[in-house]
Amino acid sequence: MNEPASNPLALIAELTHRCPLHCVYCSNPLELQSRTSELTTEIWSRVFKEAAEAGVLQADFTGGEPLARPDIVDLVRAARSAGLYVNLITSGLPLDQAKLAALVQAGLDHVQLSFQGAREEIANEISGTKSHAQKLRVLDWLRHHRVAVTLNFVIHRRNIDQLEEMLTLAEASCATRIEFANVQYYGWAFANRENLLPTREQLDHSVEFLKREQERLKGKIRIEFVVPDYYAKFPKPCMGGWGRKLMLITPSGDALPCHAAQVIPGLSFENVKDRSLREIWEHSAAFQKFRGEDWMQQPCKTCDRRELDFGGCRCQALLLAGDAAATDPVCSLAPLRPKVDAILAAVNTAPSVQIFAEPSWLYRPNPA
Amino acid sequence: MPPELSSRPRLAPGCRLGENNQQRVLLMPERVLRLNGPSLEIVERCDGKHTVHQIILDLQKIYSKAAAQKVEQDILGYLALLQKERALDFIPANATGA
Repeated sequence: MNEPASNPLALIAELTHRCPLHCVYCSNPLELQSRTSELTTEIWSRVFKEAAEAGVLQADFTGGEPLARPDIVDLVRAARSAGLYVNLITSGLPLDQAKLAALVQAGLDHVQLSFQGAREEIANEISGTKSHAQKLRVLDWLRHHRVAVTLNFVIHRRNIDQLEEMLTLAEASCATRIEFANVQYYGWAFANRENLLPTREQLDHSVEFLKREQERLKGKIRIEFVVPDYYAKFPKPCMGGWGRKLMLITPSGDALPCHAAQVIPGLSFENVKDRSLREIWEHSAAFQKFRGEDWMQQPCKTCDRRELDFGGCRCQALLLAGDAAATDPVCSLAPLRPKVDAILAAVNTAPSVQIFAEPSWLYRPNPA
Repeated sequence: MPPELSSRPRLAPGCRLGENNQQRVLLMPERVLRLNGPSLEIVERCDGKHTVHQIILDLQKIYSKAAAQKVEQDILGYLALLQKERALDFIPANATGA
């Protein structure tokens, strides 16, 4: 049952959990995988071939910091020669001009450079390290290469009022695409949520600003905006639906239907060292678990929107409702929406001195 | 703003043709567009050499049964869509490629 309706379209390759940054909203799990458990170059190369054969078109190299892998140039070459479109999602920290040229030469298609803000101070605070100046250098080097460049700003309460400065930075660069992605609350971000959630006033203001700028920059820069789904009326179609479009491989080779799937109790994950990607996609119990509609509860089960948002995010359901098969509590139709409303009320009614005070962060450490 | 007829469209950095299960596609950042018939004919000519005008003439020849005016409108509409996706750069008539 629950045979996949289609093949996977993108492979998210979490090459390592090692990272020079310590961002307080990192999407990696709280339990980070060690360097010694990481897949070899050979296994990743086989995985890329299997992915292309299974119909995957794009590979997203992420981490941790993918450049922490000494074999990153070989991995780009392997993915590209397997026929994949290669995205590199990076902090830009362990990069120099020679390495960048080698990556482009090896077939890199697209660089997503992450920024923690437009101002050095807040950017360094969020990443827990001095990183901003190097990012600006990398952005300048990228001008000389034929790759697509996206600037990825992760947005939250402490920097959402600086979108105009971020846009100015982007407009002066060679980027053709900007992502203003509000933090989503899993892993480290969930742990730091009280200090990250923007206020409704901040959010409304930012949406209005970005709509205007999208129109102004049409045809020049594509602006993508992700709102924090706690403020949404309906949940996001997380991962385009469980086991419908995306596959994530962890540094040690576990195949997951999404970034945070390991928080769901009772799921076991197959490893690419043991089985082919196609076998895992088609038959693995973890991918089957929330595929299709059989698992759905009310109100999802009979909801007109179930084919649009697939019941929202399973991990968020687990984190907020304690049940991964529940309707995503951010949905306005969910029985547990009052829980989300209470979280929002706490942010929106607290005195602003408290809301905008210097927070004490839980920083993501580096794995062994 | 519709593209200038004398400009030469070229796929933007990080945008290229690909193939999957005999389906030609346009690969670009975080997006994939399926290309069939006319859309493929258009994208294949976005090489920085053909002008928009030449692309229109070529396709009017290939699709000679369709009304020439309709073919032109469809092409301009499709180029505008690709521009909105930020998949094209338009080299002005007086520029020297690069």
